[in-house]
Amino acid sequence: MYKAVIGLEVHCELDTKSKNFSSSPNLFTETPNIHVSAVDLGLPGILPYPNKEAVRKALKTAMALHCENPDEVIFDRKNYFYPDLPKGYQITQVTKPMGRNGYLDIMVGGEKKRVLIHQLHLEEDTASLDHFSNYSLIDYNRSGIPLIEIVTEPCISSADEAVTFLEDLRDVFLFLGVSEARSNYGQMRCDVNISVMKDTDSEFGTKVEMKNINAFTSVRAAIEYEIKRQTGLLESGGKVIQETRRIAEDGKTYSMREKVDAIDYKYFIEPNIPPVKLSDEFYEELKGEIPELKLERYEKYIEKYQLSEYDAGVLSAKRDISDYFEEVLSYGSDVELTVNFVTSAILSTIKKLEIEIKDLFITPKMLSGVIDKVKNKEISLDHGKKILYQAIEKLVDPNEIIKKQNLHQINDEDELRKIIEKVLDENDIQVRQYIDEGNTYVYNFFIGKVMQKTNRQANPNMSLDIIKEELERRKNNESK
Amino acid sequence: MIDELRKQLDEGSVTSEELFEEAVKSAKEVQDTYNPFVTILDKYKIRRRANSILTGIPYTLKDNISTSNILTTASSNILKDYVPVYDATVYQKLKKAGAVLVGKTTLDELAMGGTGTTAATGVVRNPWNSNCLIGGSSAGSAVSVALGIVPFSIGSDTGDSIRKPASFGGVVGFKPTYGRISRYGLFAFASSLDHVGVFTRSVRDAAIVTDIIKGYDAKDMTSLKDEDKSYTDELEKPLTHKKLCYIKEICDINQYNDPKVIETLRKFHDFIDKCRNQGFTVDEVSFDKVLLDAIYPTYMIISCAEATSNNANLTGIQFGPRGDGNSIDEVMFSARTKGFSELIKRRFVLGSYILQKENQEKLFLNACRCRRLIVDRVNELFKDYDGIILPASGGGAPSFDSSSEQVTDQQLILENHMAIGNFGGFPSITIPFTFVKDMPVGINITGRVMEDDILLHIANEVEKITGLRGLKVGDRHV
Repeated sequence: MYKAVIGLEVHCELDTKSKNFSSSPNLFTETPNIHVSAVDLGLPGILPYPNKEAVRKALKTAMALHCENPDEVIFDRKNYFYPDLPKGYQITQVTKPMGRNGYLDIMVGGEKKRVLIHQLHLEEDTASLDHFSNYSLIDYNRSGIPLIEIVTEPCISSADEAVTFLEDLRDVFLFLGVSEARSNYGQMRCDVNISVMKDTDSEFGTKVEMKNINAFTSVRAAIEYEIKRQTGLLESGGKVIQETRRIAEDGKTYSMREKVDAIDYKYFIEPNIPPVKLSDEFYEELKGEIPELKLERYEKYIEKYQLSEYDAGVLSAKRDISDYFEEVLSYGSDVELTVNFVTSAILSTIKKLEIEIKDLFITPKMLSGVIDKVKNKEISLDHGKKILYQAIEKLVDPNEIIKKQNLHQINDEDELRKIIEKVLDENDIQVRQYIDEGNTYVYNFFIGKVMQKTNRQANPNMSLDIIKEELERRKNNESK
Repeated sequence: MIDELRKQLDEGSVTSEELFEEAVKSAKEVQDTYNPFVTILDKYKIRRRANSILTGIPYTLKDNISTSNILTTASSNILKDYVPVYDATVYQKLKKAGAVLVGKTTLDELAMGGTGTTAATGVVRNPWNSNCLIGGSSAGSAVSVALGIVPFSIGSDTGDSIRKPASFGGVVGFKPTYGRISRYGLFAFASSLDHVGVFTRSVRDAAIVTDIIKGYDAKDMTSLKDEDKSYTDELEKPLTHKKLCYIKEICDINQYNDPKVIETLRKFHDFIDKCRNQGFTVDEVSFDKVLLDAIYPTYMIISCAEATSNNANLTGIQFGPRGDGNSIDEVMFSARTKGFSELIKRRFVLGSYILQKENQEKLFLNACRCRRLIVDRVNELFKDYDGIILPASGGGAPSFDSSSEQVTDQQLILENHMAIGNFGGFPSITIPFTFVKDMPVGINITGRVMEDDILLHIANEVEKITGLRGLKVGDRHV
C-alpha cells in the first residue's frame, strides 16, 4: 500500500488600505498599472516603509494558528532577477517569521485532524505578467501588496484533507477579517508538494512540486491525479522524478521543468527597516482582537447550546452570521427559538435579497424582541415570522408592528372559549360531522374560523385544545 | 559663504537670479578642465514665497540624488538617460527653503569608488592642481564648492565619500548621524552605511545647511526623530565639550616611510599642540590593531554585499537602456553587461559571492560582527572623549600618475579609517587644516551618535585654530 505525503504553501493577500511598503492603494482592479508608486516600481532611491496594519494582521493570523511569535519584527531580502520583481529582491521574512510551529485543527470525515504549521511570514507580492506570443506585459498593481505565506509540515495525506485544510484556513482569514481570500482573484494561492511512499517505508518518496494553483477544485484534482500517477509509476517499477508540474484544464498534471540545483536567494536582513520590538502589551492587545474561530464556535454550539450538528454547522460557517446569532443570544433570547429564527427566516431572507447579514434591516436586538414575545406566548411562532417579513418589507421595527397592530395573542382561556363556542354554534354542519362521523379533520376548519374571527390573535395551541374539549363535550351531551 | 550671500541678497546688492547666472557661467567655464558636472541647469527656478536663510542661494547636488524632471545618472551608463519621476526628500527640503539648484555633480559610478575617476562621463580633476585627483565618490560636489561656484553642495558618504574629497579639495565635508538626514531619494549603494551630507567652506555653513535638510521623514524608517535644536544657534554658545583623543596606531609617525605621510603627521601633531594651547584636551589612545586592520575588509564586504542587492533594480526592464537577447535572462544580462563598468561588475561579483549561502557566515556575518566590535570600541572611547580627531588622509590629493602606486598596509588604515563613522553612524566632519606640498589636507573629527550639535561646535572651534575658514581655490596659504 502506498500513502501520500503532502505539504502545502499557501499565499494569501492581506486586506489593507495600502500596500506593504508603500502608500499605494491595495485594491483589486482590472485596469493595469494604476495603483503604483515609485516604491512599487523599484525606482532608484526608494525606501520601504512597512504597513503596520499588515504586520498586525499577519501576527494575528499567526496567533490564531497557535504559532510562536517573534520578539521583534525583522524583514529579510530574497534576491533574484525576474521581471515581475522590480527591485531585484523581495522583502520577506526568514530570520524571524511572524509565526512558527503552529497548527490548525480541521474536521475530516467526522474526525478531528491537526495540520501542523511550519511557519507563517509576511512578504510583498510580485507584479503580474501577461505573456503573449512574442512579448510580455507587466502590471505593477499587484507589486508590493502584503502577502502572508503559510507553510505546513508534510503532514497531509489526502486530497480531502488538503482541501478541507484550505477551506478552513480561508475561514480563519475570513473570521479574523485579515483577507477576503478570493481565489478567483488570486488573493489565495497554493503550492502543493507531494510524494508517495510505502506504508512500511521510513523515508519520504521523491517530491513533486505544483505551483500557484488558485481554485481548491484544482488542488483536489492535482493531488488525486498525482497520487494515482506516482503510485502507478512506483508499482510498475518506475521512479518519480523530482520536478515542477502544472495542472492543466483536463485535470491532469504535466511536467514543467526538472528540478535543477536549488536557487541561492542570498537572504540577508533588510537594512532599511530597523527591528521593531514587540511588547507583551502589544501581543495582549492583538489577542483581544482575535475572535473565536469556526471550529471553536461549532463545538461551543453543540456543547453549550445543545445544537444539532447540522444547525451548529450552519450557524458557525460564516463569521457574520455566527456573530449575529451570538448577539441575539447575548440579549438573553431563547436558544431554540433563536436557532429557528436565524436558520429559517433570517438566512432565507438574506439569500432571497442577495445581501450580507450586516445589511439586513432586522438587527439582532429587534429579532431578540420578537423572539421574547414568541417565548412569552404573546404571539405565535408563525406570527413572529410573518411580522419579520413585514418589517423587512416596510423597513419598520417588528416590535413596533406588534405594538401598533395590537397583535397580542389571546391567551385568555375564558375569552377563547367564548369565541370558540360561538364558532361552533355558527357551524352546525361541521359539528355534526364530528359527532356523527367522528371526523377529526374539522379541527383545522374550526381553527381557521377562530383565527379569522380573532384577526389571527388566538393562541393556536390553546384554541385547538378548547375546540377538542368543546366538541367532545357536545358529543357527550347528546348521547346522554 | 552663506552669511555674506544672505546679506547681499537681503540688502539687494545682488539678486538670486544674478547669483544663479554667475554660478552657471563659472560652472560652464570650469567644466572642460575639471569635469565636475553631469548636468548644468540652464533655467533659474526658485520656489515663490520661500523664506529661509537659504532662499535664493545657489547650490549643487550629487547626481545620485533623485530630482524629478532632471536627469539623474549616478554617473553610470545604465542610467544615462534616466529622468526621475520623484524628488528626494533632501532636494524637496532645499526646494522648499528656496535654495536654487545649479547643477548635478559627477561621482564615481554609482558612488562606488574613492577617486573621482570612474564616472561614465570621465575623470574629475582637482582644482588645486589638475594633475591630481579630487577623490570620491562625491567628486564634482567637492570641486563645485572648492572653486566657489556654489557655497554648498549635497553629497553622499558610504565609506568617506564626502569627507575624503573634502580633504583633497580643501573644503568642509560633514555627514551627520545616520538617520539625521533622510535617505529617501538617494540612490542606494550600501543602505546600512549610506549617509547624505554637505560640502561647505565653513563649519557654520555646514550647520546652516544641515539645519534645513535634517529631520524625520516618514518615507525613511531609519530617519531619526526631530530634535528641537538649531545647530547654527548652538555654535554661538560657549563650548563645554573639549575632550578629544587621537589613535596612536594611526598617528605614530615612526611607523611610516612615505615622506608625504611623515610631513602630514608632523603637521597633524603640531596642530594638536595648537588645539591644546587653545584649551582642548587631546589624549593619545590605543586602538586594537587587529580591529584597525579589519576596517577596510569589513567595509568592502558589507558595502559590496548590500550594493549587489541594492542595484539589482538596474536591469533595463523598468527603465534604462533595454538589453538584447532572446530570453528575459539574456535581455537583463545584456543590459547589465553594457551598463556597468568593469569595476562595478567586480564589486557586484564580490557582493554576490559574499552573500552566497556557503560564504555568508564566514564573510558577510563575520564582517557584521567586526563592524559591531569596532563600533563598540569607539563607543568605549566616547565614554571619556567628546570626539576622535585624526588626519583625513596621509597627504594631499595624489596625482593621477601616482594613484596606482602600491600603498603599505599601514597606509591602508590611515586612508580608510573614516569608514568608522559609517559603521556606527557617528557624525563626522572633515575640515581643511594644512597644506602638504601645496595641496590641502583635512583633519577629521568624529563624535557621538546623535550629538551632531556638539561635533559641529567642536569643529567650529577647531576651524578657528586652522585659520583656513572659507578657504577657496586660488587663496594664498601658508
